Amino acid sequence: MEIPYTVTARPDTGLWNAKVGIWLFLASEVMLFGGLFSAYVFLRLDADPGAWPHGLLNVPVGTMNTAILIVSSVTVVMAWASLKMRRFRAYWWYMLVTILCGVIFLGVKLIYEWPQKFEHFGAFIKKDALEKYEPYLGNHHLAEKGLPPRTEISGHLHNHEALHDENVKEYEIALDPVNADPANPAMDRPHFLYIPPTEKVAKIEKADVEYANMFLPKHSAYFASYFTITGLHGLHVLAGVIVFTYLWLPVGTKLYKRNPEHLANRVEVAGLFWHFVDLIWIYVFALFYLL
Amino acid sequence: MSLKGFHILFISVSTLLALGVGVWCLWIERTESVPAFRIGAVCSFVAAVALITYGVWFFRKMKRLRIIT
Repeated sequence: MEIPYTVTARPDTGLWNAKVGIWLFLASEVMLFGGLFSAYVFLRLDADPGAWPHGLLNVPVGTMNTAILIVSSVTVVMAWASLKMRRFRAYWWYMLVTILCGVIFLGVKLIYEWPQKFEHFGAFIKKDALEKYEPYLGNHHLAEKGLPPRTEISGHLHNHEALHDENVKEYEIALDPVNADPANPAMDRPHFLYIPPTEKVAKIEKADVEYANMFLPKHSAYFASYFTITGLHGLHVLAGVIVFTYLWLPVGTKLYKRNPEHLANRVEVAGLFWHFVDLIWIYVFALFYLL
Repeated sequence: MSLKGFHILFISVSTLLALGVGVWCLWIERTESVPAFRIGAVCSFVAAVALITYGVWFFRKMKRLRIIT
């Protein structure tokens, strides 16, 4: 059975069916991501002063990923325009670049950015033990400057067994620069760059710790939001890459030979989805990396 | 909205982002004195100009080709 209105417009809507479908789908996506962004904003506004991580993400890497997605948006439009002009070879190459951009974006996320968080550890110190860890927190220095106090000591965990073994009484952490030299004025503000942990090791007694974990979603509301939103966005990028690959493979060639306008319409619908995904990333980048 | 229209919107938003990142880099550079951010600001402003140029080129090309969907 032939599916109607895949190429020509329906008389009542003035659009071919897939276009109506994709815009309805994107409307639901706006609600999904809108809800998540709202949750993030409200969680952040409700956080205690100084408690919400700021400048933790690597801005140069995030900027590079943003540029990759912008380039992919250009190439997907060029692929579509090539089909409209019946230049299949150009379409093939533009689509290949789009797929590669999507793969590189996911690669940077999954191989570089996320694992860097998974290897990191943070321990929130109990209020009554803050003074004991003053050499790592520098709260006297912060109070003098009228800045909110620090409660977390972070870095690379040396003894991972401490997370599960109750017999291990302390965490051994190779300190982040902010905890290794907390009174340094350069540490008062966020860095927005990745600075590896120092060689200075601190021993934090478990009894003094309110809560401790690796930088995973359960670490804090910040990381829960970060991994949920970037994870969901990453799944959308993966879905886009799969669809583009399908249209790029011989299936696309066959469809082009049978009805080039049909393939152009499919690429347009996939391109609309891709642009939406890229637009979401721009909000993610601004909210999580810059602000 | 067609892909053409959405693309022009996307390029406009990207241009605003590039300008925003440029201003943000200058602000960080001023408060943190990290020279790397000055380079970032220059790159962002160059990217903004490139995006505007591309946007105008794309709009004219689509008009010339009469790709209307």
